[in-house]
Amino acid sequence: MRASRHAAPASLPIGSDADLAWVRQQVRQAAAELGFGLVQQTKLVTAASELARNTLVHGGGGHVEITPLDSGPAPGLRLAFVDAGPGIRDLDRAMTDGYTSGGGLGLGLSGAKRLVQEFEVDTRPGEGTTVTVTAWATVVPPARPGP
Amino acid sequence: MTGPSGSGPAGFGPPVAGPLGGHGFTVPVLRLGDILLVTLQGELHDGMAEQLQQDITDRIAHTRVTGVVIDISGVDVVDSFLGRVLAEIAAGAELLAARTVLAGMRPAVAITLVELGLTLPGLRTALDVERAMELLTAGERQGEGSP
Ligand SMILES: Nc1ncnc2c1ncn2[C@@H]1O[C@H](COP(=O)(O)OP(=O)(O)O)[C@@H](O)[C@H]1O
Ligand SMILES: [Mg+2]
Repeated sequence: MRASRHAAPASLPIGSDADLAWVRQQVRQAAAELGFGLVQQTKLVTAASELARNTLVHGGGGHVEITPLDSGPAPGLRLAFVDAGPGIRDLDRAMTDGYTSGGGLGLGLSGAKRLVQEFEVDTRPGEGTTVTVTAWATVVPPARPGP
Repeated sequence: MTGPSGSGPAGFGPPVAGPLGGHGFTVPVLRLGDILLVTLQGELHDGMAEQLQQDITDRIAHTRVTGVVIDISGVDVVDSFLGRVLAEIAAGAELLAARTVLAGMRPAVAITLVELGLTLPGLRTALDVERAMELLTAGERQGEGSP
């Protein structure tokens, strides 16, 4: 079911472990309200968790803007992770599976990209990084009447 | 809270290990004979996950259990951070002569992990706690249940 009330954009801070958990919960809820299926929700929440952690760990903290897109043919959810950290000097390398500048598994950026439909990085050395992802709820055909 | 005590198999003796955790968050841990059963639920903050890793490793060393079952049926998101913690718990247990089985991964989580690129090599898995216990008590049949 689509949410009846018109969903509004929200901005959440990313400054601690607890904020990451809160972001995951809010993304889950927004996706569920827009009619995302369980697997789609899980993929988007996982991508959000990876990108929010990057904002926190690599970007020194920031925020996420959560924008429901419910005016098109299929509902979608756009998430923009914004920080004013050091930026990513070599984006191609950062997007490579397994590359980490330290401590991680190096699957956050590349993995998140595979989990969403649209993925965009805007980064400037010394100024910060914004990673914007969008996922669309697949329109599921209505269930056939049961026996 | 819904620890596994209600459905735990009889004859394994009383739960001698108490909950792990701090920060207002607890992880139920039961000792069932030679096996430690750890039940993860809901939101696990990064700091808690790292604390858990240390606590479980300490507990293995003190109790000299030979197997660890980590029940993640109540976990709705596994990202690369939690995935790494789980893999490191298993690696630490291995060094202490205990085998680890990850039980009850939700299908949506499994699908997401594959796309994320995190396949958790070396971590044995089972569909549920019961089968995980069987796997550990069935003898030294190494290498079973890997994804
Ligand atoms: N917001 C960010 N600000 C600065 N650097 C970043 C940011 N996000 C990612 N990076 C860089 O890209 C690398 C790869 O990121 P990722 O794939 O998430 O792996 P991990 O976080 O495990 O290192 C990071 O190690 C880091 O160097
Ligand atoms: Mg990362």
